[in-house]
Amino acid sequence: MSFWRNQLSGPTDPAVDAAWQDARPRKGFFTDTSICIGCKACEVACKEWNGVPEDGLDLLGQSYDNTGALGASTWRHVAFVEQTSERIEQARESGRRLVELGMPALRTRDDTSESPSSLPAGGAPPGPSDQGVPDVRWLMASDVCKHCTHAACLDVCPTGALFRTEFGTVVVQDDVCNGCGYCVAACPFGVIERRSGTEGHEKGRQSHGISIGGAGSDGSHQNAPAYAATNGEVKNVGIAQKCTLCYDRLRDDQTPACAQACPTTSIKFGDLEEMRDTARARVAELHQLGHTEARLYGTDEGDGVGGTGSVFLLLDEPEVYGLPPDPRVTTADLPDMFRKAGYAGLAMLGMAAAAFVGRRHP
Amino acid sequence: MAECHPVAYQWVTEARLKGATVIHIDPRFTRTSATADRHVPIRAGSDVVLLGALINYILSNDLYFKEYVVAYTNAATLVNEDFRDTEDLGGLFSGYDDELGNYDLTSWAYATKEGNGKIDDAQEAAEPHGHQQSEKSAGHRYGSGGPPLEHAEVLRDETLQHPRTVFQILKRHYARYTPEMVTEACGISAEDFDYVARAVTRNSGRERTTAFVYAVGWTQHTLGAQFIRTSAIVQLLLGNMGRPGGGIMAMRGHASIQGSTDIPTLYNILPGYLAMPVAGRHDTWDDYIGAIGSKRQKGFWANADTYAVSLLRAWWGKAATAENDWAFDYLPRLSGAHGTYQTTMAMLEDVVEGYFLLGQNPAVGSAHGRMQRQGLSHLKWLVVRDLNMIESATFWKDSPEIATGELRTEDIETEVFFLPAASHVEKAGTFTQTHRMLQWRHQAVQPPGDCRSELHFFHELGVRLRERLAGSTDERDRPLLDLTWDYPLDEHGEIDGEAVLKEINGYHVSGDKAGQLLDSYTEMRADGSTSGGCWIYTGVFGGGVNHAANRKPGREQSPTALEWGWAWPSNRRILYNRASADPEGRPWSERKRYVWWDEESSRWVGEDVPDFPADKAPSYRPEPGVGGPAGLAGDDPFIMQADGKGWLFAPKGMLDGPLPTHYEPQESPVRNPLYAQQSNPARKVFPRKDNLWSPSAGEPGADVYPFVFTTYRLTEHHTAGGMSRWLPYLAELQPEFFCEVSPELAEERGLENGGWATIVSARTAVEARVLVTERMTPLVIGGRTVHQIGLPYHWGVGREAVVSGDAANDLLGVALDPNVQIQESKAGSCDIVPGRRPRGEDLLRLVAEYQSRAGTTTMTGNELRTGQPDSTPDHTGD
Repeated sequence: MSFWRNQLSGPTDPAVDAAWQDARPRKGFFTDTSICIGCKACEVACKEWNGVPEDGLDLLGQSYDNTGALGASTWRHVAFVEQTSERIEQARESGRRLVELGMPALRTRDDTSESPSSLPAGGAPPGPSDQGVPDVRWLMASDVCKHCTHAACLDVCPTGALFRTEFGTVVVQDDVCNGCGYCVAACPFGVIERRSGTEGHEKGRQSHGISIGGAGSDGSHQNAPAYAATNGEVKNVGIAQKCTLCYDRLRDDQTPACAQACPTTSIKFGDLEEMRDTARARVAELHQLGHTEARLYGTDEGDGVGGTGSVFLLLDEPEVYGLPPDPRVTTADLPDMFRKAGYAGLAMLGMAAAAFVGRRHP
Repeated sequence: MAECHPVAYQWVTEARLKGATVIHIDPRFTRTSATADRHVPIRAGSDVVLLGALINYILSNDLYFKEYVVAYTNAATLVNEDFRDTEDLGGLFSGYDDELGNYDLTSWAYATKEGNGKIDDAQEAAEPHGHQQSEKSAGHRYGSGGPPLEHAEVLRDETLQHPRTVFQILKRHYARYTPEMVTEACGISAEDFDYVARAVTRNSGRERTTAFVYAVGWTQHTLGAQFIRTSAIVQLLLGNMGRPGGGIMAMRGHASIQGSTDIPTLYNILPGYLAMPVAGRHDTWDDYIGAIGSKRQKGFWANADTYAVSLLRAWWGKAATAENDWAFDYLPRLSGAHGTYQTTMAMLEDVVEGYFLLGQNPAVGSAHGRMQRQGLSHLKWLVVRDLNMIESATFWKDSPEIATGELRTEDIETEVFFLPAASHVEKAGTFTQTHRMLQWRHQAVQPPGDCRSELHFFHELGVRLRERLAGSTDERDRPLLDLTWDYPLDEHGEIDGEAVLKEINGYHVSGDKAGQLLDSYTEMRADGSTSGGCWIYTGVFGGGVNHAANRKPGREQSPTALEWGWAWPSNRRILYNRASADPEGRPWSERKRYVWWDEESSRWVGEDVPDFPADKAPSYRPEPGVGGPAGLAGDDPFIMQADGKGWLFAPKGMLDGPLPTHYEPQESPVRNPLYAQQSNPARKVFPRKDNLWSPSAGEPGADVYPFVFTTYRLTEHHTAGGMSRWLPYLAELQPEFFCEVSPELAEERGLENGGWATIVSARTAVEARVLVTERMTPLVIGGRTVHQIGLPYHWGVGREAVVSGDAANDLLGVALDPNVQIQESKAGSCDIVPGRRPRGEDLLRLVAEYQSRAGTTTMTGNELRTGQPDSTPDHTGD
């Protein structure tokens, strides 16, 4: 029973569970948003390496984010969040409560691994004292597929197009996927999506269906669709698409394109255990410097997806970055559902039996 | 820096992780601000007030590095009795010539024993001041050292008490640059100023150093060169020059902009910052050599003759002989200023007939895009070499002036030749980056189709021109026919880039080492026995090895990483590093040790190539009157300066003042709070009907253009977009031209996030999408709220790119700094209203209506002396 339990929720090694005999140490990302500079090199490097097509040429009016969200043609997405002092105060306060609950940092295994260090965005310097709250801060965070320990997309896939790799990551096989879209509905993070558009050339005017506020009737689109000089054809239309954690690169012992391109090492790549340790050490360090707003996301193996393969250090609540606060894989509830269904079944049997018994004694 | 140089910013990120404090001073809150310890918003164009106040703070609180300042700077040097400061003359220095609208620099000279700094006749002839020099753009040629002085015999008072010492002059000059003035002029709070001043001064001294990093936010002003000078003064006072972790770093806008000034694309210098000869001044070889490096001054510029002869030998080989003064007369002579903007105006006058554009898109990227495109339409021919069909190649069919009816395609006679260019991965060669480091690029793939490298293009152009001229007996064709033009070609017909780099490095051409490559520029001789295309690059091929291609990983060598690439001069990574040791040659501190005098070996040793004669002891004192490197004392670390000292006060070389002084931008909604003189009195203005200015504060009509706009770049795009707007992966990240406004301004003007706005300057109007953001901060200047509008300048009007839009640079006019002829493009005045701009002729009517309401004329903004209409230069053009 415990084997099946592990298959559905809680801590486990997913590659072993997937019956890889030569499973490799589980790989993952640690995205430290406190040192992200929002350059979007990850977005571009990802598209270059994976041949992901252009995804719409609209100005979204959402700070410097014109990508909008993760999707079939956006496997890395940098969110830009502008905040004023009031919200920054709230973030610090909510973080402080988390620290008081003993959530992060306390499980640090190796506190000495990092040099004494500094600060996150908009924070305080070691120079003249400056512990005040800044007027403005600008959060940037590069989002990506979470490569969940218990991946809903994979669990619901009827064709086996989605599979668990020997690195514990989750990858779509384009040539197996039949485009049924079950995975799209299943993903608690809204990551996976079927690619729209027309095979053979770029998609033209669309941006994830996000409407553009205030643009006026004639003016949402300054730029005509780009038919000339595009980066090649659109393939896999109708097929579910998402980050592969550069499976092809991993198999050659290479770093995924986004982490390789990141100039500030905001995106770190390595063995997931090490990533989680680094993340815990970093958040502890920030707490020591008084940055209680720092918190981890995806490191808790007891969460609804058994922890994620992509872990994040955030400087505010997950919702602020467009991340679900309590993601839950549908299968997590299966044991409970089976149990309840079982009880229900038993109860029904009992009642049926009782009914028969009762009938004998009218 | 994070915004425009994200790859370089990794080192800042790393420094922060080690505890460095990062302060970002910028009109807007950028991606750098987001990760800095503090962002300090500043009014565009007011930086000299902030930096001047920092100087005042350092001096008033005795926070300067005394031993360093006394020994290594010209603080103790006495200045001419005739010198008068801006404090004495209402915002002008002594020597201002009202007729010519510029300075005679004589009174700024150092005092001398013979009397009071009267510069002798020989120097007067060699380096006249004022008008002529200004026209020839003197400043930029000092890119590898200071300007020449006649000699190095100066008077010094090392107690710094003499009222005519540079130190005392500095104190008086900046006395009114107070924190209160910073608040009033820059809109920076006293608390922010205090934070900056404390952070910078606490982090400087024996044990610590502070670095300044800047880009065109400092340079592109009518006193741009002075912005940098101000930070140089701060850094010299704090002892942050020539030491690890110190310095002033210029972030370049392109991969090899440093390289394109070292081996220049500028009109006024030759390779290695040798001056371009000027008609009437450098008519003979002796005039020229006397002017570029007097043998009586200190330092390595005294050997300028060896650099110049080697250059001419590299270009003209055997045809350059002692008899013909090394073919000196093959060089053209300057007859005036021939900068980008003068050239554009000359096109409009039909003086310039043809134009080459190589990787440049002036229709979008240069100030006053309208003037640029109109200029192009007057050309007979235009060659555009670029990766894409940029707006400068298609202006004749789709420019905004076609839409307004000002230009008609059928009337434009310009013949445009578009030659597709090979990209950086399709050709081999070097980049020289801001660290003066040459890094070799290997070719990854052959260029597609007809794309070719620049080397191929220019070589082929030379070959064909020489074929056309073969057999010519015309004297004027000799320079082309006598050029050494014999480069080895590979199987694709491409020149071997290493052969060119070797030519630049230079050879021994006679003597027992004939045919060998030079190892150092000190081997260059003025007798024709050496050649070398750019003396500062000599050594890049030292020992016959292409050191630019050195690629030893950092982890396998010392932190200085001398085996990664090659930095000029002589692979030095920190210039003037003699200053990292005290006058006795000992490191200032163990923590900051870098280069020091080793008694045992009697040599300078350390982490870097010492920037000093290697065996000159700290105690060495030359005989009076000795010039050149031999004239350097053992404690003269600034070996390219004519007196061996770092210049707090510039007795020569700056055309608009020996000390940086705050003047308002060419157009400004603020009165100069420090002086009656509003703007730089030595700036270059061009009163023309197509170059109107909005009235500045205090003049009628100033409220018609009440806001400040500033232009800038975004991470996602590259300059005028030629390398980014054609790439869907980059275009989609920032697809449209937008303006950034504060919520307060949005409220005031009814602007809606995501909606449209029209921005109107005295030149034109453009439309942009609106981003309302808290990152833009309204500033209170002199009791009045000043709103700033941010405009990224990457878009242009055309039909070829993946994304297009109006060009922010169209809003700009042309006014220049006198030293380097840089345009003022980081501060201007405008109005902003909701909605899209009018189309066609209606656009012209809107702009004219604003001009009429403001009452602007060609006189507006063009008085060189504030309040003196006579000081407006003559009208030119139309």
